[in-house]
Amino acid sequence: MEKKEITLQIDRHTVRVPEGTMILEAARQVGINIPTLCHINLEGTCIKSTPASCRICVVEVEGRKNLAPACATRCTDGMVVKTSTLRVMNARKVIAELILSDHPNDCLTCPKSGNCELQALALRFNVREMPYSGGELSLRKKEVTSSIVRNMDKCIFCRRCESVCNDVQTVGALGAVRRGFNTTIAPAFDKKMSESECTYCGQCVAVCPVGALTERDHTNRLLEDLENPDKVVLVQTAPAVRVALGESFGMEPGSIVTGKMVSALRELGFDYVFDTDFAADLTIMEEGAEVLDRLSRFLDGDKSVALPILTSCCPAWVNFFEHYFPDMLNIPSTARSPQQMFGSIAKSYWAEKMKIPREKLVVVSIMPCLAKKYECDREEFKVDGNPDVDYSISTRELATLIKRANIDFASLPDSDFDMPLGASTGAGVIFGTTGGVMEAALRSVYEIYTGKTLEKIDFESVRGMEGFRKASVDLGGFELKVGIAHGLGNARKLLEEIRQQRCEYHVIEIMACPGGCIGGGGQPLHHGHSNVLRARAEALYREDSGKEIRKSHENPYIQQLYEEYLGKPLSEKAHHLLHTHYFNKSL
Amino acid sequence: MKILTVQDLERIRKTAKEVLALREESNRHVEAQTCGLATGCPHLQVLICGGTGCKASSSAKIAENFKKEIAKQQIGEKIDIVTTGCFGFCEKGPIVKIIPDNTFYIHVTPEDVPEIVQEHLIGGRKLERLLYQDPVSGQHVSDSKHMDFYRKQMRIALRNCGFIDPENIHEYIARDGYQALADCLMKYGREEVIDKIKQSGLRGRGGGGFPTGLKWEFTAKQEADQKYVVCNADEGDPGAFMDRSIMEGDPHSVIEAMAICGYAVGANKGLVYIRAEYPLAIQRLRVAIQQATEMGMLGPCILGSDFGFEIEIRYGAGAFVCGEETALIHSMEGKRGEPTLKPPFPAESGYMGKPTNVNNVETLANVPVILTKGPEWFASIGTEKSKGTKVFALAGKINNVGLIEVPMGTTLREVIYEIGGGIKNGKKFKAVQTGGPSGGCLTEKHLDTPIDFDNLLAAGSMMGSGGMIVMDEDDCMVSVARFYLDFTVEESCGKCTPCRIGNKRLLETLNKITEGKGTEKDLQQLAVLGRQIKDTALCGLGQTSPNPVLSTLDNFYDEYLEHVRDHTCRAKQCKALLTYTINPEVCIGCTLCARNCPADAITGFPRKPHIILPEKCIKCGMCMARCKFHAISVC
Repeated sequence: MEKKEITLQIDRHTVRVPEGTMILEAARQVGINIPTLCHINLEGTCIKSTPASCRICVVEVEGRKNLAPACATRCTDGMVVKTSTLRVMNARKVIAELILSDHPNDCLTCPKSGNCELQALALRFNVREMPYSGGELSLRKKEVTSSIVRNMDKCIFCRRCESVCNDVQTVGALGAVRRGFNTTIAPAFDKKMSESECTYCGQCVAVCPVGALTERDHTNRLLEDLENPDKVVLVQTAPAVRVALGESFGMEPGSIVTGKMVSALRELGFDYVFDTDFAADLTIMEEGAEVLDRLSRFLDGDKSVALPILTSCCPAWVNFFEHYFPDMLNIPSTARSPQQMFGSIAKSYWAEKMKIPREKLVVVSIMPCLAKKYECDREEFKVDGNPDVDYSISTRELATLIKRANIDFASLPDSDFDMPLGASTGAGVIFGTTGGVMEAALRSVYEIYTGKTLEKIDFESVRGMEGFRKASVDLGGFELKVGIAHGLGNARKLLEEIRQQRCEYHVIEIMACPGGCIGGGGQPLHHGHSNVLRARAEALYREDSGKEIRKSHENPYIQQLYEEYLGKPLSEKAHHLLHTHYFNKSL
Repeated sequence: MKILTVQDLERIRKTAKEVLALREESNRHVEAQTCGLATGCPHLQVLICGGTGCKASSSAKIAENFKKEIAKQQIGEKIDIVTTGCFGFCEKGPIVKIIPDNTFYIHVTPEDVPEIVQEHLIGGRKLERLLYQDPVSGQHVSDSKHMDFYRKQMRIALRNCGFIDPENIHEYIARDGYQALADCLMKYGREEVIDKIKQSGLRGRGGGGFPTGLKWEFTAKQEADQKYVVCNADEGDPGAFMDRSIMEGDPHSVIEAMAICGYAVGANKGLVYIRAEYPLAIQRLRVAIQQATEMGMLGPCILGSDFGFEIEIRYGAGAFVCGEETALIHSMEGKRGEPTLKPPFPAESGYMGKPTNVNNVETLANVPVILTKGPEWFASIGTEKSKGTKVFALAGKINNVGLIEVPMGTTLREVIYEIGGGIKNGKKFKAVQTGGPSGGCLTEKHLDTPIDFDNLLAAGSMMGSGGMIVMDEDDCMVSVARFYLDFTVEESCGKCTPCRIGNKRLLETLNKITEGKGTEKDLQQLAVLGRQIKDTALCGLGQTSPNPVLSTLDNFYDEYLEHVRDHTCRAKQCKALLTYTINPEVCIGCTLCARNCPADAITGFPRKPHIILPEKCIKCGMCMARCKFHAISVC
């Protein structure tokens, strides 16, 4: 049914909107940008939180006694709204001053400075003094985990993180604890995040408007390693980084900066600049072989085979099912994430080839992700205590490093990755967006299973931003049913279906972050603009279509790796180096 | 026996009325004579208050002693011992009332029981020492109908409290209980019931004063497979206990009203949200729900109709904010008890996302009687826009502390001076705080204001749930404001900025002022911030929380000014502003004060006048209390 249109007056504008529209959106239609703080609505994704609690967006509504929050007040027919009267402006300023009165106000040293929404509001409201300062500050905890740093003194209680963690991701690691002035956001009973169900997906960090939730910073450690003459430092860069890094240098969202990024990494002093996309292609070889193995056993009537097979390249997703679905650890693919496959190959095949001892090597990853930091620390990815990937730094940290190193990013020339671990196909590139792993897998699985060449490489049916998508592909008579979910809440629904044996799919791709890695917790902040995510995804598909080779199994260096070292997918050596096992982490 | 039809109900009522006849009769007439078995009275009843207050003063032991004593005297056949709900005159508890002569004994102890049995129940002689003494005339008053405390009261919501045994459904039925529900099911359509409530003019007694009929209508209009009726029994105002008393003294009136509401709005499930700190009310409700279910007044197909209704009790942990209906619903759902923005109203999307009608206990208690006596009768009581009566918990510096119910439109003066018996110890009236922590302080000039929802709001306070705390000249108004704000800061859920941080900053400023560190600029800031909080907070709690500050600033600005400018507190409540001095002309140098000073702040030679060192003095008052020569004064 078409929604009824209503007319209202906002300042000097007459606005027509469908019934149910909030004042905030109606005002935006006529170019009135009402300030917000707690509100977030990443349209097209499931990230939405409008607790109407910060009260920054208050407006005057004629006939109403008190001010109304524009974010959560529905427009009504004939409503008269004033968004910038003295009463409104004073109220907003007082609210901002109150928030600042319980804030450390250490902008100069805050990791969020320049990117902080509270700082921006203080500037916008012309806050020039702190009339309410000098009182008690709420005492809240600090915590440094392997991925996320919580500095809850800075928390302004917007509850975006709580909403994302509970409603979107259904992880339930963060919630409001205690009440009144001492309310804080924390795991239940104010326990540590590291002792909670947290998956380190980092979506809380991605939506935090202030410096309360930030990434664990490894840039200083990296700078020391780069200066150390005894170390050979190599870097791998995830697919989603190249389409987002430019934003940190004022470029349009969706700008592809692969070549500049490689140059910048060389400028920073890395000895070798490689590409995680290479490992993505390798993942397809292993995961694809696993799909084909399980499928052919299934088609041969083997009832014990676990289907659907779920992708396992997202470490937050791995944490999620280890916490919540420990009874189903046999379902996901055993393939390691591309980050870990890369580390493992770099410190074995490549190191042997280059005759560099393992302990001299430092493998660094540049990731859009915070869970990858945690993944580096997992014991099963270490050899005699030496990790396959030494540490991971986020896209945001890389941008900071580039700025610190006096590199004029925009004017850098393009350059290419080093070989062989810098060689990749279009299939590897699209790993960075939801649906990308599935599409890459389909390209290879189809050709290997049917023995035919694909006529159309693009599987558009698996693309898009819908929380859950499905498609079926004709593998020469056999209809392969695939599903794609992004956001852990969508994943949970699927897993529950699988648990109840109501799931009809053969293969399912899951990424923890809404949008996939392009929307990862380590990316430049989207500040609630979902077009940023869409632009990044489109850029990845552009990068893919510009590639000469677009199927993983056609990557000549991957072929060489199997010939020289691994034998074939799922071989014993491949199992040892490229596969893993899962743990029951339920609390 | 199960009540299956209206005829069954009438039969039971007839028998029950006979049991209650003695009490009803004594309620109507004033018995001059004292009745006793020896003076020819064949049957007596002893009503013992079983409310929380009297129970705390051993009323259960009193009842036990009565039972023992009459058994000992072998007069058990002729004497009924009935534990009732609260009589309201809590100041004088424990209260024991003898029927049929209606003798009202106060401050009864378990040890008094043998004497009452011997003298009164058997001998027919009143025990003068346990009678109420009129504070003005000094006369003993035996029948509560003659006491000023009761004379101006009109008990509608409290009609059965202190009269029936709350754990006996028959006594409720005898008082026309469940007749309203029967009428609704047999005679009235759903809309008709709602119309009657609308016509009666009943407004929500929980604080908001929203028209009850309209609220019912909103819920009734929603289409849903499931609707709920919720009784808000999360009474949280400090000092208020009207809802508790109703549930303890007349739980069936709440149950009946919930069923009626369920019928009117189309809900078959009721939930009572009650704080776990009310164990007695919970127990009485439980008993009542069980009895009503056993008798067939709850459950499927009530009185043979196709309407069924059941009630469940849900416990709250005692958070003040959970009295706000959206917070209450979240709490019942097992979520954090904090409010969300309305709309959507609970009537649209409430408990479990279903249309939910939330009414307060006192509101509900009015419903059955409105239907049995007619909406016109109810609408004839009260003022133009506030109909019926209101229960208040009268407390503070007043002679008669207790629970009272007066028609809307009664003035504050009548309540304080007639019902309340004036200010304690002959002190001067200073202010009355109504509406609980969100209310405001009213002064002398408001005393003749007729109490109703709109007048109190216009005067800068509010009805709230009916807390009424009277203050005298010894009360410091800055401290009073600070006390209430301390409560709201403690009870804020912390969700919205103005309430979470704003109220905290208000409280800090008030603390500063009472500590003598305030400035005139602080007073301005209090007013500005207070108004901003009212204008921007999310829920009713936040929007009203600065009221105690703003109303005292309005009405007692001079007192604030004295605190910040002269650093004095006229009520001598703000310790930091006090100065203790020793009058050298009176002091004989006995050294007692110096020896007792915990801070070594008094020096002097023996037999010479002593002095207090202000920089060391912690203003504990010990010296003044110890001085035998009244040589120490404070100002």
